[in-house]
Amino acid sequence: MKYVDEFRNAKLAKNLIRGISEKVTQPWNIMEICGGQTHSIMKYGLIEMLPKEIQLVHGPGCPVCVTPTEVIDKAIYLAMQSNVILVSFGDMLRVPGSNIDLLSVKAQGGDVRTILSPLDTLNIAKQNPDKQVVFFAVGFETTAPVIALTLVQAKKQNLKNLSILGSHVLVPPAMETILSAPNNKIQGFLAAGHVCTVMGYNEYKPIAKKYNIPIVVAGFEPIDILVGIYKLVELLESNKYIVVNAYKRSVKEEGNLAAQKTLWQVFKPANQTWRGIGEIPLSGLQLTNEFKQFDIELVFNLQHIVAKESKDCIAGEILTGIKKPFECQAFNKSCTPEKPLGAPMVSSEGACAAYIRYAKN
Amino acid sequence: MELNCPIPITDYERVLLAHGGGGKLMHQLIDKMIYREFKNEFLSQNHDGSILPINGNKLAFTTDSFVVNPLFFPGGDIGDLAVNGTINDLVCCGAKPLYISLAFIIEEGLLMSDLWMIIQSIKKAIKKAGVKIVTGDTKVVEKGKGDGIFINTSGIGELYPNQNINPINCKAGDVVLINGGIAEHGIAIISKREGLQFETDIHSDSAALNTMMQEVFEKCTNIHVLRDPTRGGLASTLNEIAETSNTGITLYEKELPIDEAVHGACEILGFDPLYVANEGKILIILPENEASKVLEIMKKYPEGKNSKFIGRVSNEYVGMVQLETIIGSKRVVDMISGEQLPRIC
Repeated sequence: MKYVDEFRNAKLAKNLIRGISEKVTQPWNIMEICGGQTHSIMKYGLIEMLPKEIQLVHGPGCPVCVTPTEVIDKAIYLAMQSNVILVSFGDMLRVPGSNIDLLSVKAQGGDVRTILSPLDTLNIAKQNPDKQVVFFAVGFETTAPVIALTLVQAKKQNLKNLSILGSHVLVPPAMETILSAPNNKIQGFLAAGHVCTVMGYNEYKPIAKKYNIPIVVAGFEPIDILVGIYKLVELLESNKYIVVNAYKRSVKEEGNLAAQKTLWQVFKPANQTWRGIGEIPLSGLQLTNEFKQFDIELVFNLQHIVAKESKDCIAGEILTGIKKPFECQAFNKSCTPEKPLGAPMVSSEGACAAYIRYAKN
Repeated sequence: MELNCPIPITDYERVLLAHGGGGKLMHQLIDKMIYREFKNEFLSQNHDGSILPINGNKLAFTTDSFVVNPLFFPGGDIGDLAVNGTINDLVCCGAKPLYISLAFIIEEGLLMSDLWMIIQSIKKAIKKAGVKIVTGDTKVVEKGKGDGIFINTSGIGELYPNQNINPINCKAGDVVLINGGIAEHGIAIISKREGLQFETDIHSDSAALNTMMQEVFEKCTNIHVLRDPTRGGLASTLNEIAETSNTGITLYEKELPIDEAVHGACEILGFDPLYVANEGKILIILPENEASKVLEIMKKYPEGKNSKFIGRVSNEYVGMVQLETIIGSKRVVDMISGEQLPRIC
């Protein structure tokens, strides 16, 4: 397939691996931020192709994985209400809350619908005026603008029965949290290509400077990732702490300005809890006053729903790259994709699920 | 007092859609609750159907239910699907399909014209495949208690002589063949259901394979395994075979036939085509020296014109399926857990 096959070229991959092997002189810990990249790394078996000096550490960039249990429990509570239609992205349905998941709520008769685009929620709201339609709005800077656009449209169309249960997260504050941790071992970042397509990469420059760390914006195909690693090794070996764009076919320095404009019209930065990591200042989004009317907490009182994270799941250490999935006691024992203890085992982009699915032992 | 066995599945209080998805959850349900309770020498054959001895002769017997939504989709409808699916299960037992039963469970309110179209489609499919409907049943349920129409078909076939086809026969040194592009049925259905528009229509591969396979059976008596990779796709079917036969199967990504539009749709949805359903595909596992002859025969038929070699059987990583990726690395192809769900980003 055009524009895909070129980035899955065996000869090019071999050349890049050779180039990386020639450049590398010492071990480097590289974190790929995005779960989509983790998925590709495992799907294409890149770890076993790379020289052993390159240690890939899988970052927190899986929106499904970092959504707190409490928010999942709120979604489950809402889905159980007879006057609610809960609309969600497909892969949120299997994430375990404190007791059950949304798939089980659906099996018990809850009206849980999956959509491919948040804009589909507008039609569901129009077709069901007697129901409260709640969009389970999770995701990074990639999905937030489309959700913002959905709310702009909802406001224009004067839809009164649509609201969101939001749990958005932003990448740069999470990177800073990882880098500030006393036991941090990350020496270079592959930044998430899709997030940068929307936001650009100017906001990474101060991070590179402050923490003396090179950051390379990379895509998701195996060649994109290998090019990203090659550039990162080049920077690491020459002690250059700058931001380089290795995903030029999609990312511009300033990003997608129209998408950013819509995003900041509807949302503003807010403190946010990440599952397994805890609260990170200004790492999430909340509705601006102009769009506050779409907050589900104005329709339902959800304050009473509080949840604790599972003690057996070391999601925090996995998502910050301190431990690999194999190092978890529960991995593939009490925690499997059929019965996950934590979110990294659920989403196809979660590190634990990717290891179960693609790794040999 | 009679002691009852405790319910063996405690993970889920209720049945989920994923329990019918063709993956691990479905296998657990079947193994722990159905197979274990009814175990006998016929179910142990682990086939798409059972081979039954009757007065010295051998018959193949199979059954399947069809619950597709939408009822009509590009490349077919629930009617021809219900005929073709049962025919292909008999073919995979090494049998010539002869007689089919037909049972409808109809939801109140189904358009009579839709039912007529489905019946006409069944008529056309059985004529093409050379089988007869010999018994049937019709039930109507209240509005809201069904999804338009559900169909069950069972089939009886006569075994071809000198064939010994069984997943357990899969051996190191065998090769894996398939009769064309994968993932077409699943993607055609989801595209129609979700209203996805592509430049070219993606058609279901729904087809009866008995005519093509008749010539294969007549000219090759050394086929080890036949399976139709329906729900759960190629990956789940090959995992079942690897596990049953205690062998390792390696697929070659660059050899996998995938139509351009299907490939594109999978990329957009975040689906792996290895796990998407097929309804007109057959996997043939046989000794390498028989492969070119069988490929040549299959390619003469429309349903086999894109037949290909796609993998090898070995004694490495027994019970597992591996993929040699397009960039030359190797990774595991696991059985899917439940259903594939479209990704967030």
